[in-house]
Amino acid sequence: MSDVQIMTGNTAAATGAKLCKVQVVSAYPITPSTSVTETIANWVEKGELKAEYVRVESEHSVMTVCISASTVGARVFTSTSSHGLLYMHEQLHWAAGSRLPIVLCCINRGVGAPWSIFNDQQDSIAQRDTGWIQIYCRDNQEILDSVIQAYRIAEQVYCPVMVCYDGFVLSHTMMPVDIPDAEQVCRFLPPYKPHTILSPEDPRNINPVIFPWQRRDAEGILRDGYMDMRWKLQHALEGSREVIVNTCREYAELFGRDHGGMLWKYRTDNAEVLITAMGSIATEATMAADILREKGIRAGVIGVRVYRPFPREEIREAFRTIPAIVVFEKNISYGYEGALSADIKASLYGTGIDAPVHNYIAGLGGRDVKARELVEAIHASLAAIASGSRERQTWLNCVTES
Amino acid sequence: MEPKDDNISAMCKPAVGEAGKTGDWRDATPVIDHAKCIASVKNRPACYLCWLYCPEGIVTAGIPIEINLDYCKGCGICAEECPAKAITMVIPEEANR
Repeated sequence: MSDVQIMTGNTAAATGAKLCKVQVVSAYPITPSTSVTETIANWVEKGELKAEYVRVESEHSVMTVCISASTVGARVFTSTSSHGLLYMHEQLHWAAGSRLPIVLCCINRGVGAPWSIFNDQQDSIAQRDTGWIQIYCRDNQEILDSVIQAYRIAEQVYCPVMVCYDGFVLSHTMMPVDIPDAEQVCRFLPPYKPHTILSPEDPRNINPVIFPWQRRDAEGILRDGYMDMRWKLQHALEGSREVIVNTCREYAELFGRDHGGMLWKYRTDNAEVLITAMGSIATEATMAADILREKGIRAGVIGVRVYRPFPREEIREAFRTIPAIVVFEKNISYGYEGALSADIKASLYGTGIDAPVHNYIAGLGGRDVKARELVEAIHASLAAIASGSRERQTWLNCVTES
Repeated sequence: MEPKDDNISAMCKPAVGEAGKTGDWRDATPVIDHAKCIASVKNRPACYLCWLYCPEGIVTAGIPIEINLDYCKGCGICAEECPAKAITMVIPEEANR
């Protein structure tokens, strides 16, 4: 039975967490994430969701609460944005290193200085190397569905998952969202089984000092050194691709919605240029592709849904025969280029795929990105590529003269 | 077959020697003069400030007191706290060469 409601992205995220029957929620309010946990706090207060809601004094403490609760076997949820996420940075490493299946919604917002409450993806991209799986959503339906999928993925591979979506563009925009049946969600998502049980009968130290070398413990068991633990985390993230794809497929079979696994494609058949992006800007790109197709330019879209682990093979497959790639992204790796563009180029190295890659930094700090502007950028890039341009790094709709 | 650690996060069970025999970190070794030690002199449980202050918990509060050199890191706190000056920190000769 289908239950469609009109709701914001933040309500969709909260609803996803509720359907997963999260047991511990800790949060510190920050725009634009606030209404996610505010909504959950209301449910907990009214008794509609049986969970512990832990109020703390900072985002750093939020993640420590999540880590502790997850360690003892609770399903935990939190959400944050921008400086809140940055303040968690140290504990994000700790959560991944402890291999805890925590799910965090990052409602993407620009990072100061100077202050901005508006959307870009600098906050979560800056956490790229913390060992978290990162999913970027393109609409409110995908937010709800991705939160449910995130628990299923996290609890299988024992890695935390960050579900990222654009602040205000999605978080405060209302759209129709199909709410899955709660019992069906329960069947899709088995109970969380922690990899280590903390118990007074069997006391143990979690995350003690670990040495560079492997070492025998007091019982004579050869224990990993630090680097071996790091390899296990990297191996888990690399191996999570299959789990992510399978989870997405099984979700589609059960609920009828397929968000594409690692990445999704739009009108890529016979394309002469592929627009590539993550999150709501990729949704905008589908409109740009429609306009371009009407004008006789065979444009398509590759939406990168999962950024870590990076969809290396899927990217190679998608771009195998494409003459031109244009990447739009809402982040900048200062002193280089957009993080997505750099990763795409790196994954194509040595494959024989030799398409020009143009990179546009767009929509930082909430600057509007319109389909019309994407169309103009594609026209400009195709003209430049036709006259031999291989690479371009530029900023969309921004004064770029010093 | 080598017993293999299949844990995916780092952990250990609290046990003596879990971090190895840390006594080999030691430069100076505590040497007890039982003729001065209050517990030995009075022949009853007394003083035990060395036991109380030892950050490693490796002083046994008996008669006489004992220091477990497998785990003593040689910090010298016991010698510093001893009111009877019964403990001396001695650096072995080879270390002075």
